[in-house]
Amino acid sequence: MATVGRTPGGASRWRGPPATLVLGPLALVVLASMVLAAMVGSVTIEPGAILAMVWNRLPFGDVEAWWPATSERILFEIRLPRVIAAAAVGASLSVAGVLYQGLLRNPLADPFIVGASGGAAVGAAAGSILIALHFTILGFGIVPLLGFVGSFLAVWVVYLLSRHQGKSSVSGLILAGFAIGSVAGALNALAVLLSDRLQLRIVQNFTWLLGGISVTGWTPLFTILPLMAVAIALGFLLTMRLNALALGEEGAARVGISVERTKFLIIGLASLLTALAVSVSGLVAFVGLMVPHAVRIVIGPNNRLLLPASAMVGAAYLALMDLLARWILAPVDLPVGILTAIVGSPFFIVLLRHARGQHEF
Amino acid sequence: MSSERAAIAVKGLSFAYARQPVLHDLDIRLAPGDLAAVIGPNGAGKTTLLNCINGLTRPAAGSIDLHGCSVAGLGARRRARMVATVPQGFHIPFAYRVREIVALGRSPHLGFWGGMSERDHRTVDSALAQTETTELQSRRFNELSGGERQRVVVALALAQQPRILLLDEPTTHLDLSHQIEILNLVRGVNRKREVTVLACLHDINLAAAFFRRMIVIDAGRLVADGTPEEVLTPDLMAEVFKIRAEVVTDPVSGQPWVVPHVHPNGDAQRYEMTGNGS
Repeated sequence: MATVGRTPGGASRWRGPPATLVLGPLALVVLASMVLAAMVGSVTIEPGAILAMVWNRLPFGDVEAWWPATSERILFEIRLPRVIAAAAVGASLSVAGVLYQGLLRNPLADPFIVGASGGAAVGAAAGSILIALHFTILGFGIVPLLGFVGSFLAVWVVYLLSRHQGKSSVSGLILAGFAIGSVAGALNALAVLLSDRLQLRIVQNFTWLLGGISVTGWTPLFTILPLMAVAIALGFLLTMRLNALALGEEGAARVGISVERTKFLIIGLASLLTALAVSVSGLVAFVGLMVPHAVRIVIGPNNRLLLPASAMVGAAYLALMDLLARWILAPVDLPVGILTAIVGSPFFIVLLRHARGQHEF
Repeated sequence: MSSERAAIAVKGLSFAYARQPVLHDLDIRLAPGDLAAVIGPNGAGKTTLLNCINGLTRPAAGSIDLHGCSVAGLGARRRARMVATVPQGFHIPFAYRVREIVALGRSPHLGFWGGMSERDHRTVDSALAQTETTELQSRRFNELSGGERQRVVVALALAQQPRILLLDEPTTHLDLSHQIEILNLVRGVNRKREVTVLACLHDINLAAAFFRRMIVIDAGRLVADGTPEEVLTPDLMAEVFKIRAEVVTDPVSGQPWVVPHVHPNGDAQRYEMTGNGS
């Protein structure tokens, strides 16, 4: 996919895959996956009708309706919020994966593995116990706030534990992530148990922890989607520094990167994205691992293209996985996290075997 | 010479690592366009000296000025435009291409959006051309040979367009012909671009062949500073490197050539010298 261009001086330049040729088709793939996901369910809605219904909601759309009114209600009140939520969660987790992998110089980093998801879940659970305090900052309730704090702290601890002599090793990362993840899992189980015994209102039930897209209306999306979009855009602004971090922390400092500030920004943004995703979907494993890795194999490791491409692939992937989760055992609605774990674990194991000895630095 | 004229002015530099003194009251001054080698045994503080000059480590005492600007006062970006450092080598995770690695040298010159201008691309072209890595630009960095890699690392440093180039044992992992290749390249950059060069080297004879000025550091102190003829003496070899050596004249370059005495039982020779025999 790489191209070599000619410079005015006559020397040829290697330019890598062109952004438009990668992102253009991917945008179509995202659209197609979302339409497909919106199509399938107890009532099938034909794709043309879906596009026309969405078109009609725009100020200038005026297609005459040929579909039953119930289809329109199902689409806008049930399917579309859920499909959009799944896509947004997939994009956020994938971008978080890109950020963690670039920071840790490690293709095995993932929001779930580095403990961010577990930390976010613990924070959110703690928040839902403390929800009686009616505490808000900038309009955000205590649940998402503590989710973010939990996510950030968990990753920071894993990061510190996984480093040895200035380097983050694969084994150190996985062990530290496992340790923190286990603590988080135990605390979550405790929170679920306590909420049951003491009849506290934990924000969602146990299926939430399994990773199900539990969006049933537009209200939660109105606050979360803009935040996700802003966080992904800010992530894009960090891509040059993320590339420089491939040189290692000292190497990045040598080319003028303020390493400590950059690390803080990256962990902060990735944790925010993870916490936002967790607040919608609970713990969805391996998306942030698989998507950036697969995309990197095709288009190369340059984060300037990897980050937007992974966001799109992640969106399409999770929209389709959520469709499968609704469809396989219909009418039983499986948590999508079960499917991503079943697909993702073998992928992770293959990667781990392949990476053995290669990424110990 | 006033301090504004010096490319590197190190005054009274001291550095301690975990209470263990590493550098002690060093004074070193390089004029713009100088080409100097730092030699000394392992643990003498050579790398620490370079890391103080490029701002990676903060000295405990003393001052370092680069072209009249205090290193401590320069921000990370301005520092990286002033001074570039070539490390012994590094590992790159992921399959980055050579051109992408060299382009990272433009980091301190890029604006808020992080995009590369035509001028940035041309600087990368020129860094590749100078190091004869243009043909390698589409290769994956991790698949290159040791010699090729080190040329790419030099290209990355050149893409920073530094006024000062520091090299930390750049030839350690290379065979002899690639060692010569890298040092020729560095000398060419020094001459053509008037970049001030300070290089830590292990190979004393190679240093004497390429550098007209040699700075000797031992246990964090400045021991000698001068031309190879002034610096390389049997006494200095005994005192600093703890070896018995002859210093002869290299018939090709006319430079001093250190010939260590390698006895069949080399260790005995060494212990006899230092009086630590068991």
